[in-house]
Amino acid sequence: MTELPDLAWTRARDFRAAPFGATTVSAPQWTALAQALAAGRVTLMSLWAEHGAVCMALHDSAARRVAVARLDGLGDGFPSVGLHHAPAQRLERAAADLFGLAPLGAEDARPWLDHGRWGILHPLGAAAPHPGHAPYPFLPVEGESLHQVPVGPVHAGIIEPGHFRFTAQGETVVRLEERLGYTHKGIDRQMQGASLARGAELAGRCSGDSTVAYSFAFAQATEAALVVKVPDRAFALRGIMAELERLANHLGDIGAICNDAAFPMMLAQTSVLREMVLRAAARAFGHRFMRDRIVPGGVTVDLDAEGVTAIRALVETIRDGFPPLVALYDTTASLLDRTVGTGHLSPDLAQRFGAGGHVGRASGRDYDTRRDLRYAPYDMLRLEVPLREDGDVNARIWLRIKEVEQSCSLITQMLNALPSGPVLAEVPPAGAARTGLGLVEGFRGDILVWLSLDPDGTIARCHMRDPSWFQWPLLEAVIEGNIIADFPLCNKSFNCSYSGHDL
Amino acid sequence: MRRFLLEGLMRRPLTEAAPAPDGDASAELAAALERRARDRLGRSLAIRMVDAGSCNGCELEIQALGNPFYDLERFGLHFVASPRHADVLMVTGPVTHNMAEALRRTHDAMPAPKWVIAVGDCAKDGGCFAGSYAVAGGADAVVPVDLHIAGCPPDPTALLKGLRALVESRDIEAGQD
Repeated sequence: MTELPDLAWTRARDFRAAPFGATTVSAPQWTALAQALAAGRVTLMSLWAEHGAVCMALHDSAARRVAVARLDGLGDGFPSVGLHHAPAQRLERAAADLFGLAPLGAEDARPWLDHGRWGILHPLGAAAPHPGHAPYPFLPVEGESLHQVPVGPVHAGIIEPGHFRFTAQGETVVRLEERLGYTHKGIDRQMQGASLARGAELAGRCSGDSTVAYSFAFAQATEAALVVKVPDRAFALRGIMAELERLANHLGDIGAICNDAAFPMMLAQTSVLREMVLRAAARAFGHRFMRDRIVPGGVTVDLDAEGVTAIRALVETIRDGFPPLVALYDTTASLLDRTVGTGHLSPDLAQRFGAGGHVGRASGRDYDTRRDLRYAPYDMLRLEVPLREDGDVNARIWLRIKEVEQSCSLITQMLNALPSGPVLAEVPPAGAARTGLGLVEGFRGDILVWLSLDPDGTIARCHMRDPSWFQWPLLEAVIEGNIIADFPLCNKSFNCSYSGHDL
Repeated sequence: MRRFLLEGLMRRPLTEAAPAPDGDASAELAAALERRARDRLGRSLAIRMVDAGSCNGCELEIQALGNPFYDLERFGLHFVASPRHADVLMVTGPVTHNMAEALRRTHDAMPAPKWVIAVGDCAKDGGCFAGSYAVAGGADAVVPVDLHIAGCPPDPTALLKGLRALVESRDIEAGQD
């Protein structure tokens, strides 16, 4: 086995403040890294293609440091990482679709984002005319008394599009296979050659429920690449926005999960709290989802006294109104009967896939970007990261309940120590080619942004990796052995993003 | 649980007064709705919503219409799971090429008379994703659009205004006769 290459491992405090350098590796070293991923020595944070190259972002959780390995000079393919480490498979298929760089030796060579309808092949590579639409072969399933239930891309509720192919034996799901890519908008190519302002606009529209987190991560990557000194007050306001976004999503989802177990009262109650969060956000920052509020250099709106009052009142309301709802959840046996033991995700799988957010933390993966790869303003705050081992729908609900409490505490801490001063700093010109890394804990988990800038300051390449990339495959795993009727519960307890994944 | 039920009975409702129907939207609709169809449907409409490639922001605000503050069903509007049951198709997002066929088929599956509402800036003309190799354009690139509700995303009040214009265009029209 080839020795692991010496990568330029970087700790959070360093890559948050300076450009990030990728380490060029050879093909055997690339494969050695894939084997290290398979052995669990490092965690895969992302894998993406660039012009004639592939990159991997790796996380060494014990040492709390990150590295990016880059394999250059590629013609039409690269040694597959997915062959050794399954979490890389879909990322590789996406890279192949977009750039025409095939993962050599991969078991699954089917297209992923490319449904044969774009008119062009490899839109970020050679961009040749597309030969046309071929039927997508789902994985074969063999056995007695099996039947298939195809669902989507148009779903019954008010949700995003995707296709689920269930194979069931009676009521029990034997296999679920997902097919995604329906919301692919071509954001990666739109980013190429875009200005930073345009880039920030697009980043904020990757996944509407995480618009703050995406803008935050994009701003981080830019500020690291260009070494921008962001004012302290801007950091605090970003933190408040990020926690408001987390609150809104967790509150909405806790109710929605219960609603999927035919307990709509919980949704009615939590949707009131969620609405109050959005209204407070609109009063404080001028937009219910706080979209386009975070930009490279700082934030575009300042928080006035009225806004502070609105947010403080909101935190009071949640502190009063939420505990009785938690008690209602915890004492309703018929509801717990649906959530306890359902959709179990083993800690081993969560670890292997580097599952972020509540999905990972409900299955024992003790990782939160806010604590483990710290960034402002969380480096100045007290944060307790909740953790559970049981990994079922109930555990994910409890994780979110605990995170609601943490977000309230964080918001109060930030309001109590709100720095004064400007909220937006000037972004200096690039002058040379630069790269930066952004990593932010959104409500579903860690969002990664890798940004390369050309000397004129336009975007050469921007890769954004949603936490859903590593959670979608796990949803396939947790539904196995459960009944189809419990799929909505499992699905909502994950709440993966379609748009953030498909881009 | 009893506590919540009692509170629900005793407390004043959270539901807020209805916003006035959107004037521009009413004019847009007057042209779109045929009188006979309106008489047949009355004021109650079933809506089928399709995300044709949005970022999910619009979906969140459409979902919010069901919360106690907005309580959409009081206007006789409700969301249905099947296009076969729907009078109105609500479309969000720029229509991606990967979703175009699913959107067209959903529209085809709806019984006539039927209307299409494009929700959000992306559904108007592709919004900030217009021109991408993966995007067909706004909703009208695939289905005929009768009403457009602007915003990124439109907040629930804007959605309510547009929807009220839809159900009340019948009265507006009658007033003009």
